[in-house]
Amino acid sequence: MKLKGSQILLEMLKEEKVDLIFGYPGGAVLDIYDQLYKSKIKHILVRHEQGAVHAADGYARATGRVGVCLVTSGPGATNTVTGIATANMDSIPIVVFTGQVPTTLIGNDAFQESDITGITRPCTKHNFLVRSVEELAATIKEAFHIARSGRPGPVLVDLPKNVMAAETEFDPANIKIRNYDVTHKPVPKKLSQVFELLSHAKKPLLMTGGGVILGRAASELTELARKYQVPVTGTLMGLGSFPGTDPLWLGMLGMHGTYHANMAVSHCDLLIAVGVRFDDRVTGTIETFAPSAHIVQIDIDPSSINRNVVVELPIIGETKATLNDLLHFLAEHIYTPNKVTRNEWLTEIKQWKEKVPQGYCQNGEIIKPQYVIETLHKVTKGDVIVTTEVGQNQMWTAQFFKFDKPNTFITSGGLGTMGYGLPAAIGVKCAFPDKNVVDIAGDGSIQMNIQELATAAQYNIAVKVVLLNNGFLGMVRQWQELFYEKRYSHTDMTYAPDFVKLAEAFGIVGMRITKPADVEKALRDAFAVDKPVLMDFRVSREECVYPMVGPGESLSQMDLGTREMIN
Amino acid sequence: MEKKEHIISILVYNKPDVLARIAGTLGGKGYNIESLSVNTTTQYEISKIVMTSIGNQATISRIENQLQRLVDVISVDDLTNVESVHREMVLIRLDLTDDKKEQIKKAVDDNQWKVIKSNEDYVILEITGDKAQVDLTMARLEPLGIADITRTGLVALELKN
Repeated sequence: MKLKGSQILLEMLKEEKVDLIFGYPGGAVLDIYDQLYKSKIKHILVRHEQGAVHAADGYARATGRVGVCLVTSGPGATNTVTGIATANMDSIPIVVFTGQVPTTLIGNDAFQESDITGITRPCTKHNFLVRSVEELAATIKEAFHIARSGRPGPVLVDLPKNVMAAETEFDPANIKIRNYDVTHKPVPKKLSQVFELLSHAKKPLLMTGGGVILGRAASELTELARKYQVPVTGTLMGLGSFPGTDPLWLGMLGMHGTYHANMAVSHCDLLIAVGVRFDDRVTGTIETFAPSAHIVQIDIDPSSINRNVVVELPIIGETKATLNDLLHFLAEHIYTPNKVTRNEWLTEIKQWKEKVPQGYCQNGEIIKPQYVIETLHKVTKGDVIVTTEVGQNQMWTAQFFKFDKPNTFITSGGLGTMGYGLPAAIGVKCAFPDKNVVDIAGDGSIQMNIQELATAAQYNIAVKVVLLNNGFLGMVRQWQELFYEKRYSHTDMTYAPDFVKLAEAFGIVGMRITKPADVEKALRDAFAVDKPVLMDFRVSREECVYPMVGPGESLSQMDLGTREMIN
Repeated sequence: MEKKEHIISILVYNKPDVLARIAGTLGGKGYNIESLSVNTTTQYEISKIVMTSIGNQATISRIENQLQRLVDVISVDDLTNVESVHREMVLIRLDLTDDKKEQIKKAVDDNQWKVIKSNEDYVILEITGDKAQVDLTMARLEPLGIADITRTGLVALELKN
């Protein structure tokens, strides 16, 4: 069967079971858009290419499937870079198709030409420039395979216009690609070492990260923790991989982690880290991280091992398979935790938790941002998928929303991309139209991709934006308060649009909430309408995220803040 | 940890941008490539890259892991601690100026250096050897006045796989 390049692309998308793409047309992809016009594949027209990538990324994080976007050459392609870098830092499987000028013009500085494979080489897992229509089908198949296999990541495929117009034989049953088998099986010797370490440990601690969610290993991790009564802390990317309402859950560790999680890390004698890379926001000063612990690290990617923290026992393998093997090994060898020492350890942690509970004080007539997040949890009973922007809104969400399930907390962890939450929420809502999807935003971040409200309005993608509006770039202001003697250099965002009028101008529902007593009703009203809603919560202007480990400090040296505790 | 030169041998798929990926990965992470040699193997679609980089064992392991992540990289081996032979090649032009002419001719004869081209005005030598041998020869050539020079990256081969 002879097909055009553009037809082969859509056939291959069908082969990969892609039913939804986020995109933005342009000159170099006209042939592809002409095929889309006749196709059953659903296309969501975003308002900026960065939004398309974040939407595909949000879709991927919520479903575990590969997210797909399609943009034109030149500026269309370069606009995807922040989105791609975001996905790359958090190992999210997406495939980005970019248009390119005809192969005969490449290198000529043609109109809307950019060397997008060159530009994205450092921020993709891999990328391709398709030089002929004959290699197109195999390249697309390879792109999807690379995106989802091993440690996942973004793959970019650059499609010159003449390759899309050219014809070739297409036989979907006969496409051969290289085999990339990157997984390693853990060896029994290492499992017996873990057994030994666990048997001798008086204060074991599990640390869960994004690799547990990406590796679909949340149930194995949960089983390990519950069966053997090992307390669990997690990184930002690991939230949801262990139930946030379980008594063994200590909350997030790191810069804005809970006091008891950071104290547990600082005092544990065995740390089993699964699917984490020991980012600097997590460890504080490296030299004093888990100073008295033997560290076991389970990760699929050898380059994550010994990169920041030197570990005693690295195990390279898929998190799910490795945890399963470990569970079997421990059961077979009848590992039983010492009840006395384990109870002492859990009591010690409990005392830390009682000494410094995670709290805030909702008094007076000004809404506290944490209160909005707690009320959101109450109103939804936690049955919601939450995206965030970046900054204080993100940290408060991590601290105050209890995530019980994996793939329900969608946030830009590694790159910390402001403007991520709204388009990501759109992507999530497209994947799960019947679920409540909320973007917890700040007034700075929301303005970075606010144009996507038009996308939400056009397709009635009923995402709910919880805007914690403090009129500041809050996290930067917090650092200016704490480390720059309150010199608020260019962080005052009081000059902002009227968000309610803006929402209405986009054709969605806008609400303004200024009193604590109105918070719950506003949230209930928002969920009652089947339309996108923007809730402009006017919150306490100079609230800080506490507790906090200052830059260059150890996890055990937390600044607890000056606020009164709620309980 | 002790810093020393490591010889890293990398098998890769012979793709147009594979060298850019490797150089970019190392450069982007702040690792320096001291010398580099690239060519195809007996199979045209597979190339071998031999590079040297200075660092302690932990740094070199990180480099290896970073390279291993690249899709077009087939294998990465540190040849520093395995038995292997090493060679570099240098092409050198010595200009036969009136004041040095006799001295150069005598040195070439005495040392039995390999002349690959010569005439009235110049002589071009080919020097091969491991790094120490090449460095030693270079030191001897220095006083004769080197007009131009090209030195390859190091190539290395394991005695057994």
